[in-house]
Amino acid sequence: MKLDSMYQDVILDHYKNPHGRGLRDGDAEVHHVNPTCGDEITLRVKYDGTTIKDVSYEGQGCSISQASASVLNDLLVGKELAEAQKIQETFLELMQSRGRVEPDEEMEDILEDAVAFAGVSKYPARVKCALLSWMAWKDATAQVLGGADAERKTA
Amino acid sequence: MTQLPGLLDTEAIRKDFPILDRLVHDGKKLVYLDNAATSQTPRQVLDVLSEYYEEHNANVHRGVHVLAEEATALYEGARDKVAAFINAPSRDEVIFTKNASESLNLVANMLGWADEPYRVDQDTEIVITEMEHHSNIVPWQLLSQRTGAKLKWFGLTDDGRLDLSNIDEIITEKTKIVSFVLVSNILGTVNPVEAIVRRAQEVGALVCIDASQAAPHMPLDVQALQADFVAFTGHKMCGPTGIGVLWGRQELLEDLPPFLGGGEMIETVSMHSSTFAPAPHKFEAGTPPIAQAVGLGAAIDYLNSIGMDRVLAHEHALTEYAVKRLLEVPDLRIIGPATAEDRGAAISFTLGDIHPHDVGQVLDEQGIAVRVGHHCARPVCLRYGIPATTRASFYLYSTPAEIDALVDGLEHVRNFFG
Repeated sequence: MKLDSMYQDVILDHYKNPHGRGLRDGDAEVHHVNPTCGDEITLRVKYDGTTIKDVSYEGQGCSISQASASVLNDLLVGKELAEAQKIQETFLELMQSRGRVEPDEEMEDILEDAVAFAGVSKYPARVKCALLSWMAWKDATAQVLGGADAERKTA
Repeated sequence: MTQLPGLLDTEAIRKDFPILDRLVHDGKKLVYLDNAATSQTPRQVLDVLSEYYEEHNANVHRGVHVLAEEATALYEGARDKVAAFINAPSRDEVIFTKNASESLNLVANMLGWADEPYRVDQDTEIVITEMEHHSNIVPWQLLSQRTGAKLKWFGLTDDGRLDLSNIDEIITEKTKIVSFVLVSNILGTVNPVEAIVRRAQEVGALVCIDASQAAPHMPLDVQALQADFVAFTGHKMCGPTGIGVLWGRQELLEDLPPFLGGGEMIETVSMHSSTFAPAPHKFEAGTPPIAQAVGLGAAIDYLNSIGMDRVLAHEHALTEYAVKRLLEVPDLRIIGPATAEDRGAAISFTLGDIHPHDVGQVLDEQGIAVRVGHHCARPVCLRYGIPATTRASFYLYSTPAEIDALVDGLEHVRNFFG
């Protein structure tokens, strides 16, 4: 059944038992919304200059957007910045593929649980749900780095 | 099959709508319950649209050739049909726009540029309600920001009605315009026009009514409403997209300034200044949506052939049945009036803590088309403390069997996420 390709067990598990949910201390905070459906997320990034120490979040939305934030937390926390960015870019590529990209072994190694969202990419209306937290993370991380740059410039 | 008093012969009516025979998702029968977003188009309207392009297509109000004359006659004929459909005193009070949003923006801009006594400025007030579609909120917010006028609104009761308890404080001597929805697109509520109009008239304020969810579903009489402006759109009433209507009282249309300038709307133009054509042309700059207006005329013919009283009775019977059946679904909460009394055929609900996006997706897989989200009425969702709703909305071709399919579908949704 086609629906099962979207609602993979991995996704439903993350939705029912989200990982790392709740707001904790961070270096930057962003609030992103999906105006077409009202999904919202507040997300904080804690970064020590080399490693993503924490990604904490609070929000409301559909199973896809909530599960995606949980998977993001699993994948990115503890990673070095360059690796986290690589994961984010790969996830973006998969979600924008309109179902045309069949994840290969390399992609599966990078994305781990996030590969389960491949089915969502076939549903244009839901791609934004899956990307909400990832775009928020990218934005928050840019703010952290921008702030660091600004500090360096003033130093 | 469920028989309800007042139902139309949907078996016959559905034959007019080819799309309703469509199968989706590997052979599932389409159950189209998203009529508040857009209605389907009967063959009678599709035929008129193709005939227009195959036989009569030309620009209107110019050219002396036969096609131009035919196109003009068809376009202006559609204006006559709209005028009769809403019981307008004069055909010249019917302005064609591209949709209801444009109609409402047109009113806001007429008033923003008007001289006294219509002028909206920092000493005046604009009144709307918390249950408006964004199209009847944002134009007034813009007008308020640009002129300094104060924007006020009626709140909502817990059961999805307008709270008019403080009407004398909301509508005051300072109020220039009261703009409100006749039937809510998210709550389904039919609003008490008379009470609001009476108070507006007391203080000399103009009244603008958003009839987008009323014109398709019930007899609409602009004289009985006693409003100054009434806006609605064609694609929710069996017509094509790209055509809307603004009805306005003649003396107002004569007095108020144009908004869009261009061809069609002028009398004479020099490099220094222009004079304007009389209404409605003053408000129809540029080539209008000609085929779309003709299509709306055909949609009105179609609705008249059935009778708006009978459409209303059909939808009322369906709504009563749907409310009853939906309330049988565990964890389902209707957002809006939980009875069919003073209620249109759009029913919003939440289902436990399952997000409406997920509800809509699982219903879609069964061929059931509903709308999910905030329905361009986000303040209503904020008011009731919910992120979004699922909305089922019916029309003249909807059947009790489709409501049964929805209820079964919701059971499937509960199992899927249970």
